[in-house]
Formats: sequence, structure tokens, C-alpha cells
Amino acid sequence: MVLVFAEATNGKFKKAAHEVVTYGAKTAKALGTTCVALTLGTVENAGDLGRFGATKVYNIAVSNGFDSGVFAAAIAGAAKALDAKVIVLSHNSTGKNITGRLAARLDAGSAPGVNSLPEVSGDKLTVRKTVFSGKAFADVEILTDYKVISLSGNSIPVEESGSAVDVETLSVDLPSAKVKVLETKRAEGITPLPEAELVVSGGRGLKGPENWGVITDLADALGATTACSRPVADVNWRPHHEHVGQTGVAIRPNLYIAAGISGAIQHLAGVNSSKTIVVVNKDPEAPFFKAADYGVVGDLFEVLPRLTAAIKAHKSL
Amino acid sequence: MKMLVCVSKTPETTTKIQLTADNSDLDRSGVNYIMNPYDEWYALVRALELKEASGGTVTIINVGPAENDAVIRKGLAIGADDAIRVNAEGGGSLYIAKQIAAQAAGYDLILFGKETIDYNGSEVGAMVAELLDMAYVGEASHLEMNGTTATVTRDIEGGVEVVEVSTPFALSAAKGMAEQRIPNMRGIMMAKRKPLNVIDPVEATATTSISSYELPPAKSAVKLVDPEDMTELVRLLHEEAKVI
Ligand SMILES: Cc1cc2nc3c(=O)[nH]c(=O)nc-3n(C[C@H](O)[C@H](O)[C@H](O)COP(=O)(O)OP(=O)(O)OC[C@H]3O[C@@H](n4cnc5c(N)ncnc54)[C@H](O)[C@@H]3O)c2cc1C
Repeated sequence: MVLVFAEATNGKFKKAAHEVVTYGAKTAKALGTTCVALTLGTVENAGDLGRFGATKVYNIAVSNGFDSGVFAAAIAGAAKALDAKVIVLSHNSTGKNITGRLAARLDAGSAPGVNSLPEVSGDKLTVRKTVFSGKAFADVEILTDYKVISLSGNSIPVEESGSAVDVETLSVDLPSAKVKVLETKRAEGITPLPEAELVVSGGRGLKGPENWGVITDLADALGATTACSRPVADVNWRPHHEHVGQTGVAIRPNLYIAAGISGAIQHLAGVNSSKTIVVVNKDPEAPFFKAADYGVVGDLFEVLPRLTAAIKAHKSL
Repeated sequence: MKMLVCVSKTPETTTKIQLTADNSDLDRSGVNYIMNPYDEWYALVRALELKEASGGTVTIINVGPAENDAVIRKGLAIGADDAIRVNAEGGGSLYIAKQIAAQAAGYDLILFGKETIDYNGSEVGAMVAELLDMAYVGEASHLEMNGTTATVTRDIEGGVEVVEVSTPFALSAAKGMAEQRIPNMRGIMMAKRKPLNVIDPVEATATTSISSYELPPAKSAVKLVDPEDMTELVRLLHEEAKVI
């Protein structure tokens, strides 16, 4: 059996949860088994995960607030109770806090941050993940009985294959929390970078934080999330959670628009998995053009407002 | 406070990745190695700041072969007091975590970088915490100690979460935690005399193995669009790339 941990934020599922359930259902099919989903704490309409291929949804009550030890114990406990040998979760901030604990708890091989469905041969699973910050792929064989896989965001399309299913409560022994959550602060109404399908990013070519309107206007017109290069976050022109690249957030959106960014190797490392890359730069020799699908050689202060107008015109058709 | 900083050795960030002829490994000829930036800039420097503020010791640990000593000496030059190298190679994340856990008894705080820039796993810290039954805070961008209690800020999608933990605990450090320090001459000289204890690995088996590597497909040449004609770019994004 495949067990998927579907995370809910404030009781609601986000795209990452639908992606992991889709992934779990497809993996189960390849293994000739079923996929069940696990939710932790209070979740609205948990049975809805059936639409993405879970044949059943389990819920374990956990106290409010995230503690990696409690969550890992709950997921490992469910895997043992249900005899699920393959466990799938998201490679997001929650997942990264849990995957290692879960693998250690189950003495399992783990593949963190995979990008595609596993190859199955007998009992063996081989999964592909990016390594060297997106500069290469590695095929990882998981050699143990229990197998833990965490899926990178935007790696597989969400697919609906069923309808809502029953939710059953499960109880497992849980340790007490060692971490006390004091406060959670999130920018409201914006798709977080790792989940965003459309991203508009600005670099030093913007010259100063007061000029960011050309980036945010374009992002608003597209419904995109904004990002930036590292020097821009270093001097606090933009918040540091917008910093993408090797030492920032690694992203793989459908569309990445980079304006006033030269395309240094460390920047490319975090964005070169994007499906389509558009580069706007006034320097035709900027290295970013080598990694781009579409290039515009020009002054971003003229090009971006023109692009924003063209997007608005396209959307009003 | 007794602090342990776990450091890894990775290819330098500008490395152009090439593979061996049979795709079984990275072609390591000519590759320069560094201390994993997250381990060095954030985990190690924050530990040193805490020691400077309220005393204690900072020990570095690396699991790897003798050629990793250069990276370990750099950590000592930046300011760590002593180092442990578990003399083992490969084995994967859980193997490495078990080696670290076997040496980590008695520390109040164990610091990791948020991930290594080679395998991008982000899991060894959480593994060690689980093996030692400790609290763990991943991708921490801020840490304040107040006696045995810590306030830690961790990065979450589109924001942060502030948590409270008590020692002993483990964390992985992200940008914001500290600022990079360049070792000075005195530090480099002193590092040569600081203890670097080499220890044999404990028994553990590999749980994963990498069967092959592949490079991403080469990008086809960029399509240039007239800067005056953004309607054309929108058309291409809609009809050709199908992303809007
Ligand atoms: C260990 C290490 C890790 C790093 N990690 C990261 C990382 O994670 N992410 C990251 O981004 N960087 C990272 N860097 C930094 C990286 O090497 C580059 O310095 C950085 O990406 C450059 O940022 P930039 O492109 O915004 O600025 P610049 O390189 O200064 O480029 C600005 C660009 O804007 C263009 N421009 C200027 N004016 C205009 C205009 N009016 N219209 C159009 N174009 C214009 C210029 O032609 C130029 O190409 C790292 C570096 C190191 C050493």
C-alpha cells in the first residue's frame, strides 16, 4: 500500500497536497496496490482527496502547531498500522522537516525532492531527482523495505481520477511536542514561490526598490508571484523569501520571466527547471540568454510596461 | 553551551557539472571543493557568535575521507575549537546521520546547513534529531538563545514561523541566520594546531544508491522577440509555449 501525507494549511489543502495524492495514486497503480491518504489535525473535506486517486482517507488528531517529531511519529505510526511500505509527502518546508525523521524512524531509504514517477521493477523503486541544484538528475534506487519519497512542487500535473471517499479516524501513540509554535506569519493572497506556476523576477538592473512597480504590475496582470536575484535580497530591496537560485528558493514554474538579471550560474541553478524562460536584458551578451526560451534585448523600463499592456489586452479578449 | 556543527564538502558553486563516460558519477577531474555554503556561512558562524556572546565550545563534524581535512581545517580557521572526522565514504543520508548521531551525545545544540548544494537532500539534520529524540527546526533563518530556551524563526512558504524550543535541539540554518566570515591569517595558523580527531565509523548499511546521472537536455537557441512588439511575445507564450 502507498500512504500519502497530504498537508493542509489552516485546514485547507493546497496544490501540493493534490500533487502528492496524484503521485501516490499513480505509484500505487504501477505497484499493483492502492493509495490511501493521511491528514493530520483538523482538515475540512478531507475525503475530497479521493478525487485525486486516494481510495480512503485517514485522519489522526494532533494538537495545534507543527512539530516535526509528532508529525513523523504520526505518519510512521499510520504506515505501520496500515502496512503501507511506500510513503509519499511534499518536498516543501513541512516535508523537509519530516522526511529525514520519518526515514530514520522507519530505518527506510528516502529520496527527497523527486521530480517524476518511480520506475518499478519487482520490489525495487527507482526515482529521479535533481542534484547539483538543478544542474543534473540522479536516479536513486531505494533499497529498503519501507520507502520514503518527497515530491518537488510543480513536478507532475494534478489529475482527477475519482470522487470523494470516506474518512476514518486512526489513533497511534504520539510523543509530546518539543517545539512550541509562537507565531505563524504568511503573506496572504499570494501563491508562495515554490508552488507558483508563473513567476516574474527582478535583479540589480531594476536599480532600486522604488522601481519595482514594473515587476509587480506585470505579476499582477499575469497572476504571477514575484521573485528576485540574490544581491537584491541582500540589500533588502526585496524580502529574502523572494530570493531564488542556488542559495535561495529553487523553483520550477511553467513560466519564469527574468528582468535585469544577468543569469549567473548560481542564479540559473535555482530556476533552470522552469518550463519556459523569458529574459529581458539590455545587454545582448547577458549569459541568461543562453538559458532562455524567449529573449527581449531592450530596456526593461520600456519593455515590461509594454508586456504588461499586451498581457492585459490578451486577457480581455 | 556545547555546540556541534555538521559540515559537508561540496563542489564549488560555479562548477560546470559533467559526467563520467558511463554516467555513473560526476566527472570529478578539475572540480574544486568547498565547505557547503549553508554549513559555513550560517550554521558555523551563528554557533561562533553564540560562543562569543555567552561562552561554550564549537565542534565541527564531517563524515568523509582524509581529503576532507582541508574543508575541516577551514572551519577551524574560521573559529571552531576542535573537529571530528568520521572516516567513512558514501553510504547515503541515513548512513551519515547514524555516524553523526553516534558522536553527538552531550551537545546542547546541533547545527546543520539547510541542505547541501550537491545532493539537495535537506534530510540529515532531521534524521540526526530523530535518532537522538531531539527537537528539530528546519530552514531556520533566526536564532536567539536565552539560557536553555531558544526562539527560532523558520522559513515557510511565503512567510515565517516563530517557535520556542529548549536545549538540546537541532536546527538547519538558512540565509538570515548569520553573515559569512572570511578566516584571517591568525585563524589559519591556529587551525593547524587545533585537534582533529579521526574516528572509525559505526556499523550501518546504505539505504539508497544512485544508479546513474543524467544532464538536462541542452536548451535550443533563444528566440529573440522585437522589444517594440510585446503582443508577439504574448502570442508565443500563449500559442507556442502554452504557458499563459
Ligand atoms: C556561493 C554563491 C551563491 C550564490 N547564490 C545565488 C543565488 O542563489 N541567487 C542569485 O540570484 N545569485 C546568487 N549568487 C550571486 C550571483 O553570482 C550573481 O552575482 C547574481 O545573481 C547577480 O544578480 P543580478 O543578475 O541581479 O545582478 P547583475 O549581475 O548585476 O546583473 C544585472 C543585469 O541587469 C541588466 N540591466 C541593467 N539595467 C537594465 C535595464 N534598464 N534594462 C534591462 N536590463 C538591465 C544588466 O545588463 C545585467 O545583465 C551567488 C554567488 C555565490 C558566490
